Amino acid sequence: MDPKLFLSASRVFIVAGKGGVGKSTVAATLVTAARRVGLTSLLVETDGKPLLVGGAGDRGLTACTITPAEALAEYLDSSGLGRISRRLVTSGIVDVVASASPGIDHLLVLGKVKQLERGRAADVIVVDGPAAGHALTMLRTPRALADSVVVGPIKQQANDVLGMLNDETRCQVVLVTIPEPTPVNEAVETAFSLEENIGVRLAPVVVNRVDVHPPIDIPDVLAQDSAAVRAARFRNDRIAGHARCLDDLSRRLPLPRIQLPLDTHATLADRTDQLLGAIENLEGGAP
Amino acid sequence: MTRTHLDQTLANSRVVVVAGSGGVGKTTLSAALAVRAAIGGRRVAVVTIDPAKRLADALGIAGQTAIGNEPVRIPLDDAHGELWALMLDTRSTFDALVDRYSPNADQAQRIRSNLFYKNISGALSGTQEYMAAEKLYDLNGDERFDLVIVDTPPTRQALDFLSAPARLRRFIDHPVYRIVIAPSSVGLRAVSAVSQPVLRAIAKVVGAQALDDALAFFRAFQGLDAGFRQRAHDVDRVLHEPSTAYIIVTSGQAEPVAEATYFVDALESANVAVSLVVANRLMPYFGGGDISLPAPLAGNLRELADERRAEESNLEVLRTARPDTPWIRVPLVPELVDERLDTFASLRLLGRALGDAD
Repeated sequence: MDPKLFLSASRVFIVAGKGGVGKSTVAATLVTAARRVGLTSLLVETDGKPLLVGGAGDRGLTACTITPAEALAEYLDSSGLGRISRRLVTSGIVDVVASASPGIDHLLVLGKVKQLERGRAADVIVVDGPAAGHALTMLRTPRALADSVVVGPIKQQANDVLGMLNDETRCQVVLVTIPEPTPVNEAVETAFSLEENIGVRLAPVVVNRVDVHPPIDIPDVLAQDSAAVRAARFRNDRIAGHARCLDDLSRRLPLPRIQLPLDTHATLADRTDQLLGAIENLEGGAP
Repeated sequence: MTRTHLDQTLANSRVVVVAGSGGVGKTTLSAALAVRAAIGGRRVAVVTIDPAKRLADALGIAGQTAIGNEPVRIPLDDAHGELWALMLDTRSTFDALVDRYSPNADQAQRIRSNLFYKNISGALSGTQEYMAAEKLYDLNGDERFDLVIVDTPPTRQALDFLSAPARLRRFIDHPVYRIVIAPSSVGLRAVSAVSQPVLRAIAKVVGAQALDDALAFFRAFQGLDAGFRQRAHDVDRVLHEPSTAYIIVTSGQAEPVAEATYFVDALESANVAVSLVVANRLMPYFGGGDISLPAPLAGNLRELADERRAEESNLEVLRTARPDTPWIRVPLVPELVDERLDTFASLRLLGRALGDAD
């Protein structure tokens, strides 16, 4: 399908995946791809770690970071409590008492994302979400708080965020995985949990670092313990392993798939080409 | 030297903390280290903070033995020592602490049934880390074990448990806490100027009901804080003892290496030395090919060597930053990523790879 159509189908893409699957790289690639098709885009970091290696600034990306502490301080400020908010935060007491409603920090981060979305900070906002299980916890928070808190600003905030999560034109979740057993298992579990418990729309799942090399023919005449044969066997094992995992994924998860190749030397520009190509190969209209 | 270094670490430490980002094989590696130490004659308890399923998978006991908050013994044929496994249950660990320091059963019950307590004991960020440290302290004093291996969660917060005891102490000692636990009749007048806006602010954030629950909790908690403070001090001491070793695990990918560098720095600023960096799941070195090879095989050799070089240059960043830290390099065993293989056999494969490394 048309990449511009794909990327403007939703204003916010929350990128989620287990650590080590290249989640941050995929988030940065989405931001660059959006820019390439003529949309303005913004990368949002949520857990305060430096963006990729080298930093987003070096890559000419527009980016910002939201941490729970800052979101909380801002929230206190906007509630007219700016003067004492710093002391509350540094004493750790808000951290402790806020836990009386667990997940309030997640809610405040999502609230800030919602504010960016409402303020049309960019055509496409890509959120580099927290790793694995934490993404699930974060996305579950608004529903839990909307159900458990009876009145007040938190209830309002939870409902507003839930409104964004449940509207596919405003927000979708991009799951990232790699073709190995544990990441695939986690992606499948996360996908079902997200759809059932949160009702958020899932974008096509991104399978990163797929070895797309065809199997290598190993002639019998070669010494079977030579470097070349052992390397070819190693490669064939990996190719077969990836194919098994992709099969497994498509059997268990009825979502369209975007495959990105294992490519050691790829630059962000190369990855953007690869992503745009994979989107063009997707069938159908809106994702 | 690294192989000896690994075995020395396993032989001489009482606690081994394994940290690193997700996807680098940390849980499997912790299990393999535990198996290796048990075979070497130590009585080992391996504890995971991760969902226990993965540790059970790694130990090949999924579906047979449930791993819970109490250690279970894992049968191991050729071991001179013993292998035990458990998973951290933050809530039960916290419950046990409350029971221990409550002057009577009544007060323990009052705390445990408090809504605020129920929330923080399961969900408060930092609680899990503190309880991990607490459990580690507990196991460290358990005579059944002479080595405890801790598999930490794959997040930056994994190292929060180093600072968790200090944070708990700081919190208990903070004036705001004392205001909060002040009984409502006596002494309130003197502090009311401070306490009112503070409590109003908190109520605004969390709602009045949540605040009431919290206040009830802190009042019920009175009298326990001295015990908690002492305990936090003891836990802190264990974390900084020379017999506690820290192993950082990374793969050759750029992001995990960046995370590993962060962990090494964080440990250093906590005055803790990293005993060993394990570069795990690396592209093996196959050797060179001769010019008569068929093109696809020669091309493959080149491509894999390329991948290996890319990993090396990622790892170089960490290595030049920390030239004195011992390293161990573990090449990827393809069978290990293949879940059809018997997991216990794969642990032994990894154990062997650890022994063969360098």
